[in-house]
Amino acid sequence: MIPAAFEYYRPKDMDGVLTLLAEHGDDARVMAGGHSLIPMMKLRMADVPHLIDMQDVGGLSDIEITNDSIRIGAMVTQSDIIAHDGLSEVAPILREAALQIADPQVRYMGTVGGNVANGDPGNDMPGLMQCLDATFTLIGADGERDVPARDFYEAAYMTAREDEEVLTAVTLPLPKGGYAYEKQKRKIGDYATAAAAVQIVKNGDTCVSASIAMTNLSDTPIYSADAGAALVGTSVDDAALKAAVSAMDGDIDPTEDNRGPIAFKKHVAGVILRRAIERAWSRA
Amino acid sequence: MKDEVDNREDRVANLKGMGCSRKRVEDARFTQGKGNYVDDVKLDGMLFGDFVRSPYAHARITSINTEEALKVPGVLAVLTAADLEPLGLHWMPTLAGDKQMVLADGKVLFQGQEVAFVVAQDRYAAADGIEAVEVEYEELPVIVDPFESLKSDVILREDLDPTADGAHGPRKHPNHIFTWEAGDKEPTEEVIANAEVVAEEEMYYHRTHPCPLETCGCVASMDKVNGKLTLWGTFQAPHAIRTVVSLISGIEEHNIRVISPDIGGGFGNKVGAYPGYVCSVVASIVTGKPVKWIEDRMDNLMTTAFARDYWMKGKISATKDGKITGLHCHVTADHGGFDACADPTKFPAGFMNICTGSYDIPTAYLEVDGVYTNKAPGGVSYRCSFRVTEAVYFIERMIEVLAIKLNMDAAELRRINFIKKEQFPYTAALGWEYDSGDYHTAWEKALTTVDYDGLRAEQAQRVEDFKAGKTRKLMGIGLSFFTEIVGAGPVKNCDILGLGMFDSCEIRIHPTGSAIARLGTISQGQGHATTFAQILASEIGLPADSITIEEGDTDTAPYGLGTYGSRSTPVAGAATAMAGRKIRAKAQMIAAYLLEVHDNDVEFDVDRFVVKGAPEKFKTMKEIAFAAYNQAIPGIEPGLEAVSYYDPPNMTYPFGAYVCVMDIDVDTGVPEIRRFYALDDCGTRINPMIIEGQVHGGLTEALAVALGQEIAYDDMGNCKTGTLMDFFLPTAWEVPNYETDYTVTPSPHHPIGAKGVGESPHVGGVPCFSNAVQDAFRPFGNTHTNMPHDHWRIWKMANDLGLHD
Ligand SMILES: Cc1cc2nc3c(=O)[nH]c(=O)nc-3n(C[C@H](O)[C@H](O)[C@H](O)COP(=O)(O)OP(=O)(O)OC[C@H]3O[C@@H](n4cnc5c(N)ncnc54)[C@H](O)[C@@H]3O)c2cc1C
Repeated sequence: MIPAAFEYYRPKDMDGVLTLLAEHGDDARVMAGGHSLIPMMKLRMADVPHLIDMQDVGGLSDIEITNDSIRIGAMVTQSDIIAHDGLSEVAPILREAALQIADPQVRYMGTVGGNVANGDPGNDMPGLMQCLDATFTLIGADGERDVPARDFYEAAYMTAREDEEVLTAVTLPLPKGGYAYEKQKRKIGDYATAAAAVQIVKNGDTCVSASIAMTNLSDTPIYSADAGAALVGTSVDDAALKAAVSAMDGDIDPTEDNRGPIAFKKHVAGVILRRAIERAWSRA
Repeated sequence: MKDEVDNREDRVANLKGMGCSRKRVEDARFTQGKGNYVDDVKLDGMLFGDFVRSPYAHARITSINTEEALKVPGVLAVLTAADLEPLGLHWMPTLAGDKQMVLADGKVLFQGQEVAFVVAQDRYAAADGIEAVEVEYEELPVIVDPFESLKSDVILREDLDPTADGAHGPRKHPNHIFTWEAGDKEPTEEVIANAEVVAEEEMYYHRTHPCPLETCGCVASMDKVNGKLTLWGTFQAPHAIRTVVSLISGIEEHNIRVISPDIGGGFGNKVGAYPGYVCSVVASIVTGKPVKWIEDRMDNLMTTAFARDYWMKGKISATKDGKITGLHCHVTADHGGFDACADPTKFPAGFMNICTGSYDIPTAYLEVDGVYTNKAPGGVSYRCSFRVTEAVYFIERMIEVLAIKLNMDAAELRRINFIKKEQFPYTAALGWEYDSGDYHTAWEKALTTVDYDGLRAEQAQRVEDFKAGKTRKLMGIGLSFFTEIVGAGPVKNCDILGLGMFDSCEIRIHPTGSAIARLGTISQGQGHATTFAQILASEIGLPADSITIEEGDTDTAPYGLGTYGSRSTPVAGAATAMAGRKIRAKAQMIAAYLLEVHDNDVEFDVDRFVVKGAPEKFKTMKEIAFAAYNQAIPGIEPGLEAVSYYDPPNMTYPFGAYVCVMDIDVDTGVPEIRRFYALDDCGTRINPMIIEGQVHGGLTEALAVALGQEIAYDDMGNCKTGTLMDFFLPTAWEVPNYETDYTVTPSPHHPIGAKGVGESPHVGGVPCFSNAVQDAFRPFGNTHTNMPHDHWRIWKMANDLGLHD
């Protein structure tokens, strides 16, 4: 459990980070909270000869709320999300999800940027951000570009981010309607057996829009447009719930691990999604 | 000198003796981070050693190249079996009469096995050195199933003569280790064959691990000038380690000093001897410098002693109205690559023959077959006396299975089969003599407290509601009544490698009336420094706060066999009381002299000797201590010291009644513990607060084992649960509120009537949690399902019973 030797850098600004990345290419990695990266280095599963700590880079820790959007700096921690009053008013699903990540110690260190950039299918925020239709801002030698969360994930640990790019912020439209983040895990500090993020808008007794994303049930987070569509125009009755679950089931592709075999995961994914929709609907 | 307190009640309170919930004296340092664990030992010039471990579960080693490793900055040496062989140290004896490779000798038998030992200036250089050692392996067929092992042509232990007897008699197959029997085979088979009712079940008690918070480790320091070896380590039995080190190294025992500093939990994991200890000693001898070896979490989970891994097959017979007539048990025991179980030598399956439990079963037979596989060695008693968790789980499941067969309430079935109070001392069919018990009283108290009948009514309603589609949650009521067998043990039948399992206490009273007592045991969190001082306080009349308890340094402590199997209070606690009584006997003579009366005319009263019939004439123990050293008393040597080596006449048999109420989400497999009630009878209670703490800890480890904690392997022998992400260690979040209760049935043969409690909650807790899960599904046809009951396996129970649409 001891990492191989590495060079440690602590640049003061983003230029410093980008210069180091340009110089060392894929021999370099940025570190945010380190709570995914350091365990991988200790297990010698990640070989990082040049480690660039971003703690001293300013301007990445703000939460800005405007009339129609929220912008979260990459270095905002999961515990910042939980503690921020304004944020839990306009987007309570963020707090509900963050409270189900790991434990307080991890949440003091783990960042939003690290969680979404990591590319581990077990991370909770990628699915959450897909549900909320967030956009990730990346900066590189050629300047900034935006990538929708729903297009960001390619495979486990493979994302649209280039090695020389840094994720600076996550921007999302103000969520509307009812919400729920439902997660089944084996114990505190565990990644999801199955998790569902649901945001749902109601008009009278009818669902007018629904957004659904699932976590740890494929090698990427799964935004299930069909599952959401199955609810729209319905009163979210039993038939609609079944249709949504069945659409989601067609989109996920879990693998067997210590949490259980595929049949179990698929079943639990359905149960969790159903509960998330019901809860979101009751809050809509 | 006159004591400040004269009122008798105040004098008793002032002692903080037995029965007092005295705060733990250890906690001041533990809660302030001031403990002194083995990794806190830092010596000048100390080196660090660590292992190259096998990635394969079964492979031949074709070459080991250390050249590149030796070039790594900071790396000083790399030891392999070839280096240890000239010293005869490439293999070492195990506690079970087998031998184990210290470093891989031509082949490896389990994943994580020690292949080479890299010695470096610090642990970082050692880790880099490990990466640079080049080992070539030729993979061999892997056997992870003991039944397959007994049929296979693949011989795991090529070092053993395949036809020769093992340490415990004849072997049936090259991969077979021993057969061990207890009880009467034919009569049992006959009773079962002719019985009115027979229930049969096969159950697997999965492999798990004690996983103490502090992993195993040591620091070896060979002083070449005076020829003395000092070995600090996480040893649950420091004296036994000293003797074993002496026997295998040839260093005379007086030149070896073994020190167990503070230990962060042991639970059986730290009883045995590990390759890390041998390699550290050799490395220190070779380099002339102190060498430290500390396991990381993966090393600990994957290589040092596991627990359980018993395949148990049972038959239980009864009359139509539920009187049990016979019990038959066969165990196939998976011991891994080497037999490194830590049991008294004559008991290769530990005290598995306590498997008749708390019941009056007239006829019984037990047979255990030990088997080699490509898994890590061990088989230690994880928070239990030798294999007692397995035995109690077996019988408490068999009772439930029989209750189902008889269509009878499981609480009632237990009640009609309990050994009765007047039957004690009771000789069980498998040989043990139970010292004392009052099972019916404990059971009634438990069932009344939880309103058992009310719970059953609620459960019946829940089943109705479930069937009517009104709920998706089932309710389980877990019952368990256990009898432990602890305090190993009488030297006539208990020894480890020939070392008798007595224990000891040595007391020295200081002139001003304080004292130090040293014991052959070693606390790993149990609070010995607190409780043993309380025993002494009551015995010798000096306040517990004036008594220092010291353990773990073999240069100062009297010889003893250490702490595991709940033996400290039954054995060393008895020695403490007996040594205290020797002090008191001498004190009585001194008091009589000082009071100018005959010895028999004074009597002990709390903290003093008083003249019979004249309580105003007395000498306090403090005064007596001063006189013992400073006054010339004719016919009496100066000083006030005593030592006792206690060979217990029998084991002690704590018991308890547990009830767990659980709600189970049928769709997700998530169990929720609504209530857990634990009644323990550990005989005389020394410190009720410490007892409660022990019960909470033991129940939590029971919850872990029942609900998910396991060491699992894939078919290739890869350990799938080598980190705490997958190995379940419950935290405050997963743990319910526990209700504790007690009855007191003292042990008749123990000097203070105490029985030991540290392990009871684990032993009784595992079947209780498991029974709760199984009971929830009983109305739908479940008879038995193996642990661990993690979410997916509970879900599978529901799924197999057709409870999902
Ligand atoms: C015990 C434990 C339990 C956990 N449980 C959960 C859980 O239940 N759910 C969950 O979601 N997570 C969980 N985590 C992970 C935790 O939330 C991590 O903190 C998070 O995944 C990564 O955030 P970080 O800031 O620590 O990133 P780091 O570990 O510093 O980085 C992770 C990866 O992202 C890259 N990276 C980081 N920041 C940026 C950036 N701004 N731009 C580009 N690349 C970047 C790094 O180079 C690295 O490859 C757990 C962690 C632990 C230790």
